[in-house]
Parts: sequence; structure tokens; C-alpha cells
Amino acid sequence: MRFSEAWLREWVSPEVDTRALADQLSMAGLEVDALEPAAPDFQGVVVGLVRSVAPHPNAEKLRVCEVDVGQTERLTIVCGAPNVAGGMRVPVALVGAVLPGDFRIKRAKLRGVESLGMICSAKELGLAESSDGIMPLPADAPVGEDLRIWMGLDDTCIELDLTPDRGDCLSVAGVAREVGVINRAEVRAVSARAVPPACEARVAVRLDAPQACPRYVCRVLRNIDPSAATPLWMQERLRRSGLRSISPVVDVTNYVLLELGQPMHGFDLARLDGGIRVRMASAGERLALLNGEEIRLRDDSLVIADDARPIALAGIMGGSETAVTAETRHVLLESAFFAPAAISGRARGYGLHTDSSHRFERGVDPGLQERAIERATALLLDIVGGEPGPVVVAADADRVPHPPPLHLRRERVTKVLGVRLPDSTIEDILGRLGARLTPVADGWEVSPPSARFDLVQEVDLIADVGRIYGYDKIPVAQALSAAATQAPAETAFDLDRAKLTLVARGYHEVITYSFVSPELQQAIDPEREGLRLANPISADMSVMRTGLWPGLLGVARQNLARQQGRVRIFESGLRFLPSADGLVQDAVIGGLMIGPAAPEQWGERSRPADFFDVKSDVQALLDLTGCPGAFRYVPAEHPALHPGQTAAIERGGRRIGLLGMLHPAHGAALDITGDTYLFELALQGLGEGALPTFTPLSRFPSIRRDLALVLDQSVSFDALYACVTTAAGDLLREIVLFDLYQGDRIESGRKSLALGLILQAPSQTLTDQEVDQTIGRVIGRLENELGARLRD
Amino acid sequence: MNADAETGIDSLREQALGEIAAAADVAGLDQVRVRYLGKSGRLTAALKSLGELPKDERPAAGQVINLVKVALQAAIDERRAVLDQAALSARLAGERIDVTLPGRGQRSGGLHPITRTLRRIERLFANAGFSIAEGPEVEDDYHNFEALNIPEHHPARAMHDTFYFDEHRLLRTHTSPVQIRVMAKQGPPLKVIAPGRVYRCDSDLTHTPMFHQVEGLLVDEQVSFADLKGVLYDFLTKFFERELRVRFRPSYFPFTEPSAEVDIQCVMCEGAGCRVCKQSGWLEVLGCGMVYPEVFRHVGIDSERYLGYAFGMGVERLAMLRYGINDIRLYFENDLRFLRQFA
Repeated sequence: MRFSEAWLREWVSPEVDTRALADQLSMAGLEVDALEPAAPDFQGVVVGLVRSVAPHPNAEKLRVCEVDVGQTERLTIVCGAPNVAGGMRVPVALVGAVLPGDFRIKRAKLRGVESLGMICSAKELGLAESSDGIMPLPADAPVGEDLRIWMGLDDTCIELDLTPDRGDCLSVAGVAREVGVINRAEVRAVSARAVPPACEARVAVRLDAPQACPRYVCRVLRNIDPSAATPLWMQERLRRSGLRSISPVVDVTNYVLLELGQPMHGFDLARLDGGIRVRMASAGERLALLNGEEIRLRDDSLVIADDARPIALAGIMGGSETAVTAETRHVLLESAFFAPAAISGRARGYGLHTDSSHRFERGVDPGLQERAIERATALLLDIVGGEPGPVVVAADADRVPHPPPLHLRRERVTKVLGVRLPDSTIEDILGRLGARLTPVADGWEVSPPSARFDLVQEVDLIADVGRIYGYDKIPVAQALSAAATQAPAETAFDLDRAKLTLVARGYHEVITYSFVSPELQQAIDPEREGLRLANPISADMSVMRTGLWPGLLGVARQNLARQQGRVRIFESGLRFLPSADGLVQDAVIGGLMIGPAAPEQWGERSRPADFFDVKSDVQALLDLTGCPGAFRYVPAEHPALHPGQTAAIERGGRRIGLLGMLHPAHGAALDITGDTYLFELALQGLGEGALPTFTPLSRFPSIRRDLALVLDQSVSFDALYACVTTAAGDLLREIVLFDLYQGDRIESGRKSLALGLILQAPSQTLTDQEVDQTIGRVIGRLENELGARLRD
Repeated sequence: MNADAETGIDSLREQALGEIAAAADVAGLDQVRVRYLGKSGRLTAALKSLGELPKDERPAAGQVINLVKVALQAAIDERRAVLDQAALSARLAGERIDVTLPGRGQRSGGLHPITRTLRRIERLFANAGFSIAEGPEVEDDYHNFEALNIPEHHPARAMHDTFYFDEHRLLRTHTSPVQIRVMAKQGPPLKVIAPGRVYRCDSDLTHTPMFHQVEGLLVDEQVSFADLKGVLYDFLTKFFERELRVRFRPSYFPFTEPSAEVDIQCVMCEGAGCRVCKQSGWLEVLGCGMVYPEVFRHVGIDSERYLGYAFGMGVERLAMLRYGINDIRLYFENDLRFLRQFA
């Protein structure tokens, strides 16, 4: 809603300046989005009267005008506009004037003729986007008067960003009422005296859908003057509200819409076939709209029809076939009430949004129709003349909304707002807002004003009381709540700690969009079909991620392109897995590693990160569960990963995550050079963590024995570990793998591992004999079960 | 002891003391010690030669020699201490390093600024007794709209720019559906916050199609708008770690009444007016209100007995104001040069 301050002040003019007025509106819930000057800054422009126009001696397209600007001598001004004519009143920028854009008017010679000023177009004054020729001023414009003063251009356009509940403030009248309430100032409504009919012309109206349209008011206006023009003052008000002047009939209906909030429409009476029927459309009916589009109607749409066809999409837009044109002599004015439920969403359904639909969706005062049509008639008579017929009112009184009064309890006001207000304050506020109050024992019966569609419950009234009383005056308190705080179990996986663990290990956390490119996802995770958005913002953000890798790879690619050679990133969030039982929205944490194992530094040889670097990070995460031994790393395959460097992470035989090197083919396709390692863990899958259980510390020394073993390549460390653990028994505290060799100095197909076994007994010092026995047992088992032999 | 012998001892002493003082290092000093005090050292020899003296002279001569021996030992110890000290000093000097060289090893990464901000918000509310609740991001129409008193065709729906999957499923446009889920599941009294990702089909200079909100909800028998003001005023001053002017501006949300938008005095210009606050001196940071009875009805809570307040805040905006970030899109570009600034 946009309107000029001067227009508002015609209705109500509290003694506050523009800035304060804007603050008042914002703090009353009518947010001021912008304050803009009604016209850009210019000065030295006055009303001039063109006395004569003569051809320019040296230029075909220029004219030499003698202009009266109220000074003793007329000014000679050279003008290039085709519409300049003797007797016209025009804006004249005098020598010394400054026009918008800091354009200074100087004495100038144009093709040999001296020009003492400039006749201006509306565009040059910043009053229009474009102009054909100079701006004609009305015949009553006082010659010599400063144009800014005469046109009232030192005015401010106020733009309100209204919330959808406040349809009642989509008019100057509505805003004026609020300003009046806030300032306790008198509001002077414009006169809407009844215009007596001057002829009997009328159109019959049938309400076939009274639920949707319980009230339809119309009036014929015959014999208007099609050559009349909208007066400048009205054009200006429309302009300051962001509307262009089109024709007197359209301008007047728009003016009344802005002034009173009643959307109106004018039909060319001659093009109507019989009477008016307000009915639901039949599916498939066609209607050519004013905006040039032809639509196929749906049967949920209310239309205005004549005897033959739909002629308007009710409350949204008129039809082009019955539109008022420059030839129109007889007009049918419409001023109706359409129920919000009958209009809501319909405009949007046709890809439309109009000032009219905007208001009807939010609710137009059902008591406003006659007043609006009288006001429009009076305005039109002043501009285009003609003979008005009688006002025709078709109404289904039972279906016009008149909600029952609301019961407002004074205790409830206190309870909700947290402040006790005197009865007089509550009565005063609601009374000034236009509600009728009847006192009852515990409060009031309140009938809200008919324009307020938002007041439907007791608490709505309480909110309005609070709003006008002032939220800022409500004290600040602290609720004492009985709600128990809930804390997660100690053994629950602590995502926060997991993040900090990765951060400490050099990872940066990233946050990527939950929707990704279907092509990328298809490449990374071809076995799962992601959930597709029906209305994605773009094709490459159109499918919900089934994992974190597409996002992480995207970030890696971007950063590599920005010369970041070492990337360690992780993300946590949901993945979206469609399944037979519906969509699974599953929290996961995943990471990516590219580049050297350590940041470049002095004193250490740089080496590229490998599988075991990233595995160490995964292990660090699983350590947080308190039961890292519950997880196993099993050789696996995945379409995105290197077939020889992929591990499934399992708990209790169930896969809960993956770890591996990005398949080099994918890396190339993604423009990612260098080995890339990825992991992802499902947080749910991590399962129950373990609470630490204390074991007493042994006071006796531990013994370490190192074994250098040669084994088949095919024997996994897991198998070796299991064998040693079982064989060593209770005395084993720890196994340290401190070397792995596979190369020339060993038979092919074999590898050498060096293990340190740390043995300790809880209640005695181990004897050499005990240690030797244990180690002997271990070696025996290794030889028998795994074909290991001790290295020489 | 005759005078000759005494003179001999004296000169031996002087000579030894000279050599001790001249010893350049511990090894040299040790040689001196051996030369005089060792088994076949000169002073030891002198002691051995006592037997050659007449018996009555022996004690006096022995005493003289012993005094010399003690003196020499003391001189050696003293010299050794000096030499040890010098050797240590020399070693330490040789081991001097440039302590300004960078440390070695892994360097820390960092949390995303949104996470960093969320953690702060969560902690501040946890301290105030709020529990954390979560909900799905792919939501249904009922929880995202219907139960929040936003029926189909409500003008507020048009303002939400919703991402849809089909007729009923959508990406949540706010964290408010978590209110519904928590109320329906747990029932009053309740005191929770719900942080998380939300989505709107809008992407330009100042909007990203995904962002983060934190929803707050308190439902109890005695809760008023004054309490809502209290909890938010408290949060905002703690979040920005300063006293701030805060104003509650009436607004509209279909699921609260009364509703307010909360503005803080612009933290960039202290309220004087700047580009960030569009010259108004105020920044809108939160939406809030008292839970609308219709919402309680949907989750089966008696709105006569219980009242509630709810609030929602945009995390990106709070982080922008806190850290001076000037472009919301940076959050999701994840440029490491950006992320490193928030380690």
C-alpha cells in the first residue's frame, strides 16, 4: 500500500512530522517500508502560459514560443515538443532553475535564437517514466506560481508493507483510522453523499452464488463525455500511489480503491448482453482478460456474467470485451463484496495478482459498497458528466458476514499481556478502533468493526489492545516454567564432540545445500533414486541428496579451482533415502580429504594423504562411542570408490558407513586431480555407546616383546590381530603394529609385519617364564593358523 | 719440618694452584688433580715421604701437607664448578633455537560460522532451561501449514515460496512445524528450542534457498507476552554481549497472537542509521508471539488452561551481524578462505 502523506493528512493530520508519523505506523504494526519524495528535487520551475508559437527560422523541428510567466516581460523560449500550442499552460524552468539530475538551465542560443528557459515535460521534472512532449497544465493553473508549491510536490510517498491480516489498511481511509486512534486525533472522512439518480437506467442483477458474492451493487452512468480527461490532482494522487492514469472511468475506480479500499469495476454498458449474473464459472469457459490474456476458467472461480458469457473474473480482473474504451458513452459501475474464501488463491491459480484480488483475498468491508459507488459517481460526474441511474443493490443479507460479538474477559487480557490495564484503557482503545462494547460481568461483549476480518477470537482483541497500548509499555518478565529440561544420555553420540574432533584433526566444516545436481548424484550413488523437487530453483539443485558426497565433492572442486591444494572438509546433516516404508531422513556425518597428509611445513617430509590417514579420522570419531571395538572395517565395493580401497564400516554385521578413495574415473569427471578420500557415517547406525567402566590399574611392570613376522599378503591385519589376541590370553594389554614391509627384500606374495606385544598381569610381576610361554603360544598359533613365520 | 721442606711444599702448592686456575676444561682439571692428588701425585708422594722424617716432626709436617691437600681440593672443586657452569652455558648457547619458527604438525580446521552461531544460541537457551528438539526437513503440509493455522489459499502461504515434492510433501519453510510435533508428542509444560535447516524457493543477492532458523516454544499455565519480552531481551543482550535497545513491533503470524517482530538497535551504527539498517537505526532479528488458540486445538492442548509463547530467528542474519559478514551467499559457497576466518 502506497499513498501520499498529503492525501492522508487530508483525512487526519496529527501534529507529528513525517519521520515520527512513519515510526508510529511501524510501531502500530503497519510497517513503513519506504519514505520517498513525491518528486525529485528541482527548483525554479513556474507555471507559464504560452502566448504564441512561431516556427523557428533555422530549424524545422523547433518552435519559438512567447511565454507569460507572470513577469512584466514575456520570455522567448525555444521548444522542440510537438504538442506545444498557443494558450497552453506549461511548466517553465526559468534561467537559473535546477532540474533533477542537477541539470541547470542557462540562457542559451538554439540555432541562432536566444532561449530564456525551458518548457518541461513530465519526465524532465521526474514526474513520469516517459513523456510525449511537454506537460500540459490545467486551465486554472495560476501563471507565475512556483510549480512545486502549486502541485504540492513537497510531499512524501509512504509505502506500507502490510501483513496479510490487515486488509482493512489497504486504503487511505483505513490508515487514517489507525493514525487517528494512535494520536487520538479526529478523522475527517470524505463526503460520500448520495447522488440522486438522473435517469431510470438500470441493470438487473442475479446472485447465483450468494455464498461467494452476497452483495453486488451497481449503477448505470449514461452519456458520459468520452473526451474528458482526468484532472491533474487525481492523476497526481494516483501517481504518488504508484498507479498510472489511464482514463477517467478507470482512474476514478482506482482512486476509490485507494481512498476507501473498495475495488470497483466499470463495464461498457453497450457491450453487455442483458443483465448481470454473479455465478460460478463452468469449467472450460473462456474469458479474454483486460491484460490481453485469454484464460480457460475453472469451476472454482466466481465470475460476473451477462446473459451470454462471463465478462469478468470476479474480484480479480475485468474482461476485455466489455472494457471501458475511449468510445464508451454508457458505463455500468460495479461495487461488490466477494467473500475472501471465494477469491483466495484463485488469482494465483491463473498466474494473476491485482490490486483488487489482493484486497478481496484479505477482506473488503462488506458495509462499504454503497458508499464507494456514491463516491465514484460524484467524482465521475465532476469529470465526465452524464446521467446516473439509481443504485441497484442485490444482496443476500443472511450471507453477508456479520460475525457474533466476541466475549472479552479482563482477566484474560492481564494473563496474555502480562500487564493489568484499567477497564477505561481497554474500552477507550477498542472504542476508538471502531468496535462496539457492551459491558458484562467479567469484561465485555465486543462487536468488531466490519472492516476487521482479523478480529475473530478473544485473543485477537487482546492483541489489538496490546498493540495500541504499546508493546513497548508492556513490562519485561521471566516465566517460571514447570517444564523439565531434557538432557541426552551420556552414551548418546555427541555430534558436537565429533565435529570438534574433526576440527582438531584439520577439517573445516562446510554446509552445502540439501538438494544437489541429479547428474552428480547419479554418478556418485547410481543405486539410489533421490527425491525430486517439483519446483526446483534450478536443474542442478533439483534432487534431495542421498548422501553428503556430492556436496563435499562440489566444495572440493570449487576450492581446488581457487588454488587450495589441500582440502579437508566435513559436513553433518540429513540425507534423504526413499525406501519402501517411505522416506528415511537420516542424520549423517561425512568428510573428504585431498592433498598432503600434513600441511606444508619445515622439518617434515611432505607425503600425500592416503586411506589410512582418513581411516584414522574415522577411528577417532568411532572412539567417541566408547566402544570402538564394536566396529569392523570390511573390504567392500561402491560405485563411487576405488574397488581396492573401500571399506564398509559395520556394527553387528550392519553397514553403518563407508570409507574409501574416490574412484579415479570420477575424480577425472569432476575435474578433481589428486587422490580423494571420502567417508560417511550414519549417526543412528553408530548405535548405543558404552559408558566407561573402571578397571583397577596394575601396580606391576609391563613387559614388551617384539615379533617380526612374515605372512602371506592375503592375511589381513584383522585376522592377525584376532589370532594374537586369542593366543595371548589375559596377559595381553596391547598390540602395537610398528612396521609393515612389502617389497624387494622379501619373497613376492609375502609381507613382513613387526608387532610389539605388551603383557602385564594385574597382581604380580611377570616372570620370564610366563612371558616366554605366552609368546611361544602366540607364535605357534600364528604359524599354524596363518602360515606366519618369524623373520630372521 | 725444616724450612727447606716447608718451602718445597709452599712452592708445590703455588704451582698446583696456578695449574688449577689455568685448567681450561674439566679434563685438564682432572689431569691436574691426578698430578697432585692422585695415587702417585706429587702431594701424595710428599705424604708418603713423611716417614722419612724424624718422628717428632711428622705430625707438624703432616698437618702442613694436609692443609695443602684440603686447599688444593677446594680449589679444584671451585674450578670444576666454574668449568661446569661454563660448559653448560656453552651447551645451552649452542642449543639456542629460533622460537619464532612455526610449530609442526596438523593445523586445526574450524566450525562453520553458522554452526558456531548455532552453538552459541543453543547454549544461551540451554542455560535458560530450554531443551533441544528436532524435526524432519521434508515435512508434510499439515505440520508446516495446516496445524499452524495457515490453511490452503491463506495469503501467508504465498509469502513462503515453498519447495514441493508432491501435493502433500514439501521442504519445511520454517522450524515452526517442530512446535507442532513437540506439542503433539510431549504435551505441556514445554520449554524447547528447535534449530535447523529451512528452505524457501527464493535465490538472489539477499536470499539463499536454504537457511537456518532457531524456533523457541514455551507452554505452561502462566506465560505472558511480558515473559516473551523478557526471554528475548535477555537472549539478545547476551548474544551480542552488550546492552541493546530492543523494540517489539506488532506484526502478524498466523500461528501467534499477539505477534511481534523484534528489532534491535543497529549494531553496525549504534542506531545512527547506516547501509545495513537501511538508515532506520533498527535491525529486524526475530519474529515472535503468543501461541494462537487454533494451534493448541490442533495438538489437543487446552488453550484455556495453557498459554505459550513462540519465537523464531534467522541464524544467518544473526551471524552476519555478529561477525560483519556482508553477503549471505558466502555461507554456502564454503570457500576455505572464508571458513578459515571463523576457526
